[in-house]
Amino acid sequence: MSVVDGKAPQAAGVPERSGARTIVDTVFRARELSIVAALAVLIGVTAAANSNFLSGQGVTDILLNTSILALLAVGQSVVVITRNIDLSVGSVVGLVAFVTGDFLASGGSMPLGILIGVAIGAACGVVNGLLVSFLRVPALVVTLGTLYVVQGLDHYIAHGRQINAVDLPPAMLALGNEGVLGVPYLPLIAVVIMLAVGYYLRSYPSGREFYAIGSSPEAARLAGVPVRRRILAAYLLSGALAGLGGVLWLARFGTVIADSAQGWELTVVSAVVVGGVAITGGVGSVYGAVLGALLLTTIGSALVVLRVNPFWQQAVTGALLLLAISVDRVLALRVARLLRKRNVRHGS
Amino acid sequence: MSETGASRPIIALKDVTKSFGAVSALRGVSLELYAGEAHALAGENGAGKSTLVKTLAGVHRPDSGTVLLHGEPVVFHGPADAQAAGVAVIYQEPTLFPDLSVAENIFMGRQPRAGLGRIDRRAMRAETAALFQRLGVGLAPDQPARGLSIADQQLVEIAKALSRDARVLIMDEPTAALSGNEVDRLFGVVEALRAQGCAVLFISHRLDEIFRLCQRVTTLRDGAWIASEPVEGLTHDDLIRRMVGRELDALYPKQDTTPGEVALKVERLTREGVFTDVSFEVRRGEIAALAGLVGAGRSEVARAIFGIDRFDAGKVTVNGRELPPGSPTAAMGAGLALVPEDRRQQGLVMDMSIERNIGLTGLAALRRGPVISRAAERDRARDWALKLRLKFARLNDGVGVLSGGNQQKVVLAKWLAIGPSVLIVDEPTRGIDVGTKAEVHRLLSELAGQGMAVLMISSDLPEVLGMADRVLVMHEGRITAEIPRERATEESVMAAATGRAAA
Ligand SMILES: Nc1ncnc2c1ncn2[C@@H]1O[C@H](COP(=O)(O)OP(=O)(O)OP(=O)(O)O)[C@@H](O)[C@H]1O
Ligand SMILES: [Mg+2]
Repeated sequence: MSVVDGKAPQAAGVPERSGARTIVDTVFRARELSIVAALAVLIGVTAAANSNFLSGQGVTDILLNTSILALLAVGQSVVVITRNIDLSVGSVVGLVAFVTGDFLASGGSMPLGILIGVAIGAACGVVNGLLVSFLRVPALVVTLGTLYVVQGLDHYIAHGRQINAVDLPPAMLALGNEGVLGVPYLPLIAVVIMLAVGYYLRSYPSGREFYAIGSSPEAARLAGVPVRRRILAAYLLSGALAGLGGVLWLARFGTVIADSAQGWELTVVSAVVVGGVAITGGVGSVYGAVLGALLLTTIGSALVVLRVNPFWQQAVTGALLLLAISVDRVLALRVARLLRKRNVRHGS
Repeated sequence: MSETGASRPIIALKDVTKSFGAVSALRGVSLELYAGEAHALAGENGAGKSTLVKTLAGVHRPDSGTVLLHGEPVVFHGPADAQAAGVAVIYQEPTLFPDLSVAENIFMGRQPRAGLGRIDRRAMRAETAALFQRLGVGLAPDQPARGLSIADQQLVEIAKALSRDARVLIMDEPTAALSGNEVDRLFGVVEALRAQGCAVLFISHRLDEIFRLCQRVTTLRDGAWIASEPVEGLTHDDLIRRMVGRELDALYPKQDTTPGEVALKVERLTREGVFTDVSFEVRRGEIAALAGLVGAGRSEVARAIFGIDRFDAGKVTVNGRELPPGSPTAAMGAGLALVPEDRRQQGLVMDMSIERNIGLTGLAALRRGPVISRAAERDRARDWALKLRLKFARLNDGVGVLSGGNQQKVVLAKWLAIGPSVLIVDEPTRGIDVGTKAEVHRLLSELAGQGMAVLMISSDLPEVLGMADRVLVMHEGRITAEIPRERATEESVMAAATGRAAA
């Protein structure tokens, strides 16, 4: 209510409070840095135990193995950033790998094959996206459903058959196993896509809207953000990248049976979460997610090199996931406390 | 002063009806907003003001009736349509993105562009800084919105709406959490916009503000249109009568009490960088008010006392027992209750029903054997709903659908129901209408009369002056003055709050 005119002291007392942002930035940068550090330790220890680990072939293998997971992680992080999830990606990879293989083995042209693969993935993404955004079915339920439907479709089409590498065009196998100047194509593709999506999410207004939706769906709606269209787009991207992942899977392994990437959806989600994309939306980057994928893959390879029982690989992945989530939680609380303190407008 | 706005309203509602299930929130309401005119919307909690705002904003589609833009009927299919038509809205409840920076919050969906359609971050930051300068807000553009106080959130919302260069500015209780300084600045900016030909719709339960800012006022009661008239010539009482439909008793029904022994004792409480050396006592039967400007550290002190935040030094004693720091459970056990300022984040479980929310604090009292008695829960809820004149359809409706003021009443009921021996209330009447405000004040006064110690934090100066036995004034994290009821005036409190008085 009406009060004495107190403009002068207030105007003079407008302090800068930019400190808070840098803290938050550092915290999230810290996630990426700590993954890099973990990787360095892991590689150091393993290489010390077995020098083959860092041989040219060893590194190439890790990169090849990471690439497809990284592609899926890029798509998944965009979905998770909008506070949704896509569990169907593993099945989509399997379906696309088989259908594309079938097409190429029966003499189809390679560019058309790749296109078909990506299109199938995109179509699955659109189905997911429409169900989640327009019919408002929870994402977990929708994509769990499509996981099984796509899996079933895959088995139906495969009917117990197998695609053999010898039937595929050599160019296809070259795509999966060769490269330029010693760098294989697969990781190149993954990196280019990561950079493109990362740049888009950070620098374009529509990219920021994915974060806005995940941060507060209600506020996004009131701000006039086309929420449904963006969620649809996120699923479309995740699906299309899963399609591309399927094509590359075929190129890499040559021999595929039905549902070859079974269970990958959970690995992808783990990579994304380990990489610092909050499962509650609004936070994280595709770079983190790709680093998460690299870390999980490297752990797998290291354990093999160190001759550890493969059972441990899953246990370690699980432990890492729990660690990541608890670290997120602790950091979130710390940051919140720090911010609250900063927001009070004066020193002591 | 509608003559300044020429003949045709920029935007208008004609015979608009809107129902939510059995609740009719608007019943044949018409409203015209003219260029260069500030129009107030008055009415009790649940009268339909926010629903009207959301209809103009494209959030709700009217069941019948039309929205007219420059005299032509339009249909807003969503908030984006209304924004495109030049309507900027400050909603009653802040709607921010906690994970994004304040600048991004302001410009979401219409960021300044650099080459190739990219966001021009530098321009965005500069424009935000300029807006904050204009409003006198001390926030940095790059800081995240998470952790902002209600008042700061409200200021960001205001900046967001102002940045739109709107032709129609709609403000749903923008001042509810603000203190005098921020309100002055906001009004200055609104006046300037009005002079440029902007139409303004303003909602506030602080009637003085309506008389200060607005030229016309429309009153709603139970969703029905009561009157639209010039503010000039109207008195407070006229307006209240239109809103409530009857005369109102004394606004600040303070009972005189004799303070008993000390119930809450705070000694040299310090939290580095937030507040320093805060010491005071509250006695049984006493209402002490903690006054000060937004950001003076009042809510932070309350949170520290209750154990939500840690403190670095000092001591809190309740009824002679020292509280362990950082334990709300221990605080509640000792008979302390805190009504938080942020009802949506901290006060309520939005998806739960009214009765469940009220019952949450006293689950032990509602137990019959190992289970919670639904009947006891319902009785208690009904009892308090009646006392606070809660407007609701059914007690098992979610609190999320209640109007803002009615949500506040649920938060109050939730804590008053446990009968604490020391009650800390942070902005107890934020968003509560005049009639119920008197009710809340009577209730607080009554509880104090029965021996409860009350610490009240409020930005509403008349409320502080009307209710408090003693006013503690905070400035920049320190208590700068302790003023007894007899000597507490607007001048003395404001002088201490702005740091102009020697402590
Ligand atoms: N989404 C909804 N679903 C059901 N009922 C609703 C919804 N929104 C509002 N209502 C009801 O409509 C009525 C009018 O609410 P509204 O929010 O417009 O009141 P108000 O005048 O803004 O009150 P206040 O001063 O408390 O903010 C209330 O009874 C409320 O419970
Ligand atoms: Mg309202």
